[in-house]
Amino acid sequence: MSAILPLRLEDVSYEAGGRAIIERVSLALEAGPSTIILGANGAGKSVLMRLMHGLLAPTSGRVAWSGEGARRRQAMVFQRPVMLRRSALANVTYALDVAGVVGAERERLARDALAEVGLGRLAQRPARVLSGGEQQRLALARAWALHPEVLFLDEPTANLDPGATREIETIIKAFDAAGTKIVMSTHSLGQARRLGDEVIFLHQGRVAERAPIDKFFPLPASPEAAAFVKGELPWA
Amino acid sequence: MLDAILSGLRLVATLDLRLWEIVGLSLAVSLSAVALATLVGLPLGAAIAVGRFPGRQAVIVVLNALMGLPPVVVGLFIYLLLSRAGPLGELGLLFTPQAMVIAQTVLVLPIIAALARQSVEDAWREYEEQLRSLGVEGVRGALTVLWDIRFSLLTAVLAGLGRASAEVGAVMIVGGNIDGVTRVMTTTIALETSKGDLPLALGLGMVLIAIVLALNAAAHLVKDAAQRRYG
Repeated sequence: MSAILPLRLEDVSYEAGGRAIIERVSLALEAGPSTIILGANGAGKSVLMRLMHGLLAPTSGRVAWSGEGARRRQAMVFQRPVMLRRSALANVTYALDVAGVVGAERERLARDALAEVGLGRLAQRPARVLSGGEQQRLALARAWALHPEVLFLDEPTANLDPGATREIETIIKAFDAAGTKIVMSTHSLGQARRLGDEVIFLHQGRVAERAPIDKFFPLPASPEAAAFVKGELPWA
Repeated sequence: MLDAILSGLRLVATLDLRLWEIVGLSLAVSLSAVALATLVGLPLGAAIAVGRFPGRQAVIVVLNALMGLPPVVVGLFIYLLLSRAGPLGELGLLFTPQAMVIAQTVLVLPIIAALARQSVEDAWREYEEQLRSLGVEGVRGALTVLWDIRFSLLTAVLAGLGRASAEVGAVMIVGGNIDGVTRVMTTTIALETSKGDLPLALGLGMVLIAIVLALNAAAHLVKDAAQRRYG
């Protein structure tokens, strides 16, 4: 199986209601380093990731994966996880079923994934009655079971308390250690530093700066990113 | 008046055979119609909710409008189809319980399909990104959502059942209100009232209301339990 990375965006723009959300973004994502997408509210972080993941089609430009079957070899975890009204385990096996995994293998992979995120004992619990943090871990288990080459995370801890956030970050590190490319948007500069290897800084739909994490902090090169970092640091 | 109510109660309490035959036929006809309409209406509503095709908005408007179909008009339409000279006359269904089931199915189908369409569309808004991210599209997506909100859809089915069990016009026209064959609760109530036999009409009225209440209470309990169980 050839790799689906690098992912190339060529001159990608996205408009909604006559307004440009993403403007002429060109970049390549390579396997390896965890990429953090930073930017203020409305900078286009979520839209950019949805364009990469294929949930949105660009108004102009091209989103190109390198290998065949890229669709099935990537997963996304959203800010607010959507769970089906069935058990935690069944939510994971559903995803595996869609992915074409058959029979007993499905349950084995699903149980492994639940154990990985620490939900092994809650396998039979209805997914929708789990806490917010548990549901987000379940969303990660659903992704884990699929062994994606790339995992997109759209502000996965935005609604969670510090304890749950720490649990989620630990799991994201496990994905990274297992060789999955992490592409994550966040508001939290602290989280960016804990999880990221490089930063793509978005400002008004454009890439204002892209730099390795140790170059970006403490001194971003672009004035927009510098202002963002300065403004945000006290609360990070 | 009080006499009539008491006599009506006595008929119900003494399990009057004639009364219970009518109740039984009513339930058989309406439940069959609702079952058929549910079988077709839920997938149809889900398909319209999830699908993207030209003329979709027009289909939704027409479907919603059909919820208000007058029963007598549906009755007349089915009557023409099934009458001896009509296109389906050879089947010999006119003035049979089957004809009544057909008429009520036509009446109830738009209600169930339109309400299901609305529910599925609301749910789809919540599920779409997640399901598409997992690689779920089209029919599978519609079926997944349909199954996931199955308890909320009970409301749509109940609305259909309410319509079927309460209507007189369609079953009167295509059934003919023949004693012992196609006489149901609503047609009997209409007939007996006009004849002045209030006890039977009142007894049936009470049974009708009790049945509708019981079904709604049962559905409410099921939904409530499901809500607590699945969130």
